[in-house]
Amino acid sequence: MLLPQTWWGYALNYLIVFASGGACCIAAQLLIIKTKLTPARILVIFLLAGIALQTVGIYEPLAAALRSGICVPIIGFGATLAKGAAEWAAEYGPLGAFAGGLVETAFGVGVAVAASYIVSVVFSPKSK
Amino acid sequence: MTAKSQTLKFENKPRIIAGMSVVGRKEGDGPLGKYFDEIDDDPKMGKGSFEKGESAMFATAVAGAAKKAGLRPFDFDALFAGDLLNQLISSNYAARELPVSYFGLYSACSTMTEALSLGAAMINAGYYRTAACVTGSHFAAAERQYRYPLEYGCQRPPYAQWTVTGAGCSVLSIKGDGPYISSATIGRVADYGVTDANNMGAAMAPAAFETLLAVLDDTGLSIEDFDAVFTGDLGRLGARILRDLSAERGVCLGQKYSDCGEMIFSREQNCYSGGSGAGCSACVLNSFILDKMRKREYNKVLLMATGALMSPTTSFQGESIPAISHGIILEND
Amino acid sequence: MTDKIAKRNKTYIEYVEKVSPSTNATHSLIKAFAIGGATCVIGEILRNLLALAPSIDDKAAAVYSSVILVTAAIIMTGTGVYDNIARHGGAGSFLPIRGFANAMSSAAMEFRSEGLITGTAVKMFNVVGPVIVNGIVWSAASGTIVWLVSVIASL
Repeated sequence: MLLPQTWWGYALNYLIVFASGGACCIAAQLLIIKTKLTPARILVIFLLAGIALQTVGIYEPLAAALRSGICVPIIGFGATLAKGAAEWAAEYGPLGAFAGGLVETAFGVGVAVAASYIVSVVFSPKSK
Repeated sequence: MTAKSQTLKFENKPRIIAGMSVVGRKEGDGPLGKYFDEIDDDPKMGKGSFEKGESAMFATAVAGAAKKAGLRPFDFDALFAGDLLNQLISSNYAARELPVSYFGLYSACSTMTEALSLGAAMINAGYYRTAACVTGSHFAAAERQYRYPLEYGCQRPPYAQWTVTGAGCSVLSIKGDGPYISSATIGRVADYGVTDANNMGAAMAPAAFETLLAVLDDTGLSIEDFDAVFTGDLGRLGARILRDLSAERGVCLGQKYSDCGEMIFSREQNCYSGGSGAGCSACVLNSFILDKMRKREYNKVLLMATGALMSPTTSFQGESIPAISHGIILEND
Repeated sequence: MTDKIAKRNKTYIEYVEKVSPSTNATHSLIKAFAIGGATCVIGEILRNLLALAPSIDDKAAAVYSSVILVTAAIIMTGTGVYDNIARHGGAGSFLPIRGFANAMSSAAMEFRSEGLITGTAVKMFNVVGPVIVNGIVWSAASGTIVWLVSVIASL
């Protein structure tokens, strides 16, 4: 955290997180309203934005300042993918680029796949 | 447009002697709730899946209509059925249980009037004495085929429509009591270039408009001659567009016109622009419209069910949405 | 003839655009902002709380907090609560990582009726597939570029 660890530091931090996270969502919502893009396309656009930000090196300073405000939206997922790819490429050569992203995001994706599987066994969808 | 007539006139008066409507909870809670014959709380009808539930709804509708007509399901000479699912599974699997000649029809949400047109034509020609016409749709089953998983959180635009869960069956017969089908106007596919699959009202309104003009041209009637004019499932937006299109041609629909999709859900039910689906016009016809005709509140009704003939595949390929509308005229003696 | 139809369609589409009710923009933007922002704040609270544990550093805490968000979203999807929030949230509910989890689990549940192997397992990535595929392809491209740049720089 860049801000001091005092009560106002935390309060300001949460405010920044709320504002920046909300701003990302507003941008996506504007895309929906103005362009009629489907959610899947918008997710991919923001994911690619995250990868691009990470590649050119802007993401990390942003993430230090905005913290969860940028890493909880899918942008953070893209950035983690790109970061992993770059780190693994540095360590294992170009082939590492294909593994690094997957490895770094495997926590979230792995849990999501397993949890989805379990949920699909336990629950069934409801007609509205 | 060619001057060729699109209308079949039926001199032998094939009649709708009975109708049965089966709907889900949401439709039952709607403004037309009290007209429906059966309201089912369980969207799966006690079966294992939504598709089986839809099929069970079909079977219930056919059996109920037969009972009301004083017949048994195997007394029918033929069954004209259709639904929205791929390969018409709901109709086909419901027909599996019925030992009668079976026509599986697909005309999206306008299947009900297509089935009635064909059934009436067969009966008028003397090939059959009684026939059952049944169509239905199911919100959950249609949703997973055409859109997203049920529990997927997504917003729809305000002009989207809500697929009706329900099935309606009409029994057509050469003798008996009930309103007769005096003519059927078989629509032509109309495509005005709408590509937004959520905006089916706008895609279908031109089809209803062209069919309406054809009905008026071919029969020489005017809107004033009808007690009521219904479209199948244009929704609030589509109904408005149809009014505008007609007004441009000097046809004023006025108070006599309503849309089944608009009637079936109230604004408070969060169903966006209104109901849609093959079950929509089928349920409203076999409950509300037949009821009003029996009570002689309506003596001459034009029903034009409308269908958007798209599939997810064509939508993804960027195709526009063709639409069709078939109209039938119901009359009391 | 085709010109005439194209012209008719153009006029019609323009007319449809005009009469179609649009989503109440301000309203939906505010909701997207509030729900999206709130999700991020929850993530941040979890992250800060987890970081209090001596064995977890800030980076690990971020991973754990997103795992918790994902799991929570999947459970909410299973119990049928999620889509009620999402109907209001719009982008505010699908853009944060839990939207990804919702998309995956809703597809998994939806196709359970076609079997665990032929339904759930096949269709789980129905909605999120594009994210995974694009993520892998473009992150690999990005990693390769970064590697190339570093190689060239070290020459």
